[in-house]
Amino acid sequence: MSVLPGLRPIIEEITTRFGGRLKGPQIARPNEIYFDANIDLIAGFCGHLYKRWNARLVSVFADDARAEQGVFHLYYIYALDSAHGFLILRVLVPPNKPEFPSLTNAVPAVNWQEREIQDLFGLKLIGHPNPSRCALHDDWPEVHPLRKDFDLNAELPPFSGERHRFREVEGEGVFHVPVGPVHAGVIEPGHFRFSVAGEPVLYLQLRMFYVHKGTEKLFENLPIPHCLRLAESVSGDSSFGHATAFCHAVERAAGVEAPPRGRALRTICLELERIYNHVADIGAICTDVAFVTANMHAMRLKESVLRVNEQLTGNRLLRGVACLGGTRFDFDAEQLTHLRQLLAAFKPDFESLVEVIRESSGTRDRLETTGVLKPQVARDLGIVGIVGRASEVDRDLRRDFPHAFYDQVKFTVPVFSEGDVQRRMVVRREEIFQSLSIIEQVIANLPEGAINTKVDELPAGRTALGYVEGWRGEIFHWIRTAPGNRLARCKVKDPSLQNWPALPEAILGNIVPDFPVVNKSFNLSYSATDR
Amino acid sequence: MFEILRKSLSTGVVTTRYPAAPPAISARARGRPEIDWLNWKDARPAANICPTGAISYEDAVGRGVPAEPHGQRTARLDLGKCIFCGLCADVDKAIQMTNVCECAARRRDDLVTSAAYTLKSDGSHERLVENATSKAEQLGQEINQRAIKLLGRSLHIREVDAGSCNGCEIEIVALNSPIYDLERFGIHFVASPRHADMLLVTGPVTRNMELALRKAYAAMPEPRLVVAVGACGCSGGIFGRNYATCGAVDVIIPVDVYIPGCPPNPFALLHGILLAVGRMESQFNPA
Repeated sequence: MSVLPGLRPIIEEITTRFGGRLKGPQIARPNEIYFDANIDLIAGFCGHLYKRWNARLVSVFADDARAEQGVFHLYYIYALDSAHGFLILRVLVPPNKPEFPSLTNAVPAVNWQEREIQDLFGLKLIGHPNPSRCALHDDWPEVHPLRKDFDLNAELPPFSGERHRFREVEGEGVFHVPVGPVHAGVIEPGHFRFSVAGEPVLYLQLRMFYVHKGTEKLFENLPIPHCLRLAESVSGDSSFGHATAFCHAVERAAGVEAPPRGRALRTICLELERIYNHVADIGAICTDVAFVTANMHAMRLKESVLRVNEQLTGNRLLRGVACLGGTRFDFDAEQLTHLRQLLAAFKPDFESLVEVIRESSGTRDRLETTGVLKPQVARDLGIVGIVGRASEVDRDLRRDFPHAFYDQVKFTVPVFSEGDVQRRMVVRREEIFQSLSIIEQVIANLPEGAINTKVDELPAGRTALGYVEGWRGEIFHWIRTAPGNRLARCKVKDPSLQNWPALPEAILGNIVPDFPVVNKSFNLSYSATDR
Repeated sequence: MFEILRKSLSTGVVTTRYPAAPPAISARARGRPEIDWLNWKDARPAANICPTGAISYEDAVGRGVPAEPHGQRTARLDLGKCIFCGLCADVDKAIQMTNVCECAARRRDDLVTSAAYTLKSDGSHERLVENATSKAEQLGQEINQRAIKLLGRSLHIREVDAGSCNGCEIEIVALNSPIYDLERFGIHFVASPRHADMLLVTGPVTRNMELALRKAYAAMPEPRLVVAVGACGCSGGIFGRNYATCGAVDVIIPVDVYIPGCPPNPFALLHGILLAVGRMESQFNPA
């Protein structure tokens, strides 16, 4: 198999530089290259890729391969956006020395992911600035659920451990505002601890993982076709995005690609998912600054998309339409007419809603310069997706790592540098117009032919990375197969996990009453974060 | 301001007339599956492809099984586990997906239908030994009359996400949209369980949300109602019960109404909520 041309010089340079300390490259796919190394190369490899090649770490995770190879593996997935490829460093961790060095001081973007490895695999973090519990709450017993010798259905006794200690913030007139996990609105559970002096927020601490459901462990206990339905339930609002990322991983492991029509239909569904979520968010942002009328129109528009989703796929959240090797249903002429009618009606309606919001100076007043995420902070934290694009992070897997049908359509990626709530709303607005255009282009050039390819049972020991630019940002599913058409590991990386640490940065100095709108402008998935 | 008025006036009334009119659901929507129990030949393909175990069977062979040479089979459809994916209908002609979404029930057992068959030598089955029954049809049905009398005309709901994937939340939020407009029934979402008559709970209940759910329930004034939403709330759904989840909502607190679906669409939610306060009827046990 040949490597993507853009990756060749990079691979040559790093193999020369690290010489015998780096084993590889193993070319799994033209844009997915693996290297093996010992634990002492983690920091050096990372530093070099960041400085010399402007790479970024998009996912860090572990895999218990003790049964097969007698070791734990750590995987560091680097994206090289301009070369359109992924370099993956695999590091062996011997079970008799279960520890690994932290990169968080140099790359703050991996803070939560490293702690998650420590919690779920029992590999001790060395040199992490705050190596406290993350994925498992403090009151949990000392268990490591993603180790293979831990049973999915283990009954843990009632929790009696220590409660979480929040960092103290002290001073005259400083007090704490604890919020959650059950919130005032209809949203997911998480705990926010504000330290305030008067109205302004001095410090915000997040406590997540309330909805940890053992999802990644469950992937290892289901046959691959059932795993696809589980992927749809990682995050309800990204059902199709996660399902497609999972399909991509399985298809890449099997060495097959969905036929053109299947990829085109997937693209339509991905864009419909983007549109209904973006328009809902725009409405919700307006509600949080008391402009409820705009939200009523936005909810009406969202409903029109959900009803077309139902027409096209039988499910409002696009569930059940994903299938390994393509899509499960074709769209017939009547359904395509519904879709065309939606596009024709949605655009002018949405344009006039945009006008209504633009005219509301009160709304603009509340949204501009609120919840600013500075570009430098966004880069340091590796922020992705819509939040990133509002803070000068010009990344979009649809453009940089074309998948589905995105190489066949024209679109632009809106990027702003102000990083406030207003720009996060504007990014959504512009993306809706782009999505409408993408769907129009796909329908106009809809290929004929099959909608799916058969994906045979996978042999054990295959690894593959699947990716999708979901509406929120980049979604990764990495799999390693096991015998019997099952998975030995499925790592799910949602953009929410990456973006949560940016929220406390964006809220600093803002007033508590603005928190809901700032939070809404991020709109991160708790479920996909906690899994 | 003029633009706001113009847009609202030109939009007109968009609210559904449900429940006075039938729910506006596409004929292509996947609602509850219907099994042709009489002519069902083999439960195995559907049970094998079902991701959540909503379709299952149990074979009893040998001692204690009456006069059947190859034994008996009990096949079950549990709507409380069903995610309405329709994979079963793809592999089995005896199963049809309908677009019926109003599946809410007052008892968990109402959602379970089972039938007994005689087994054949090749593992398929035939001949109904018993008629297909929903278990609870045999049970009496009592409704919490006092609660309904008190709450029937106005209801305050506190929603608790006890572990959901947020799919159910998307549809619950839609109840506040002008399309479904829950407020036209005098029903409101409130910010605290202390102000609530009804807890609308999505699941599966995670170990980390167990305490919060118990506390929210304890904080409610009596009489109080609990509605479990979605496959996960009814049964644990695709997540089931594992090291991190407790499974269904009724494992933790008593539940008055179960709303199946993954997620239940807003009509199904309206039906379930109105069922809980006696303003609509269940399809399973008309009172």
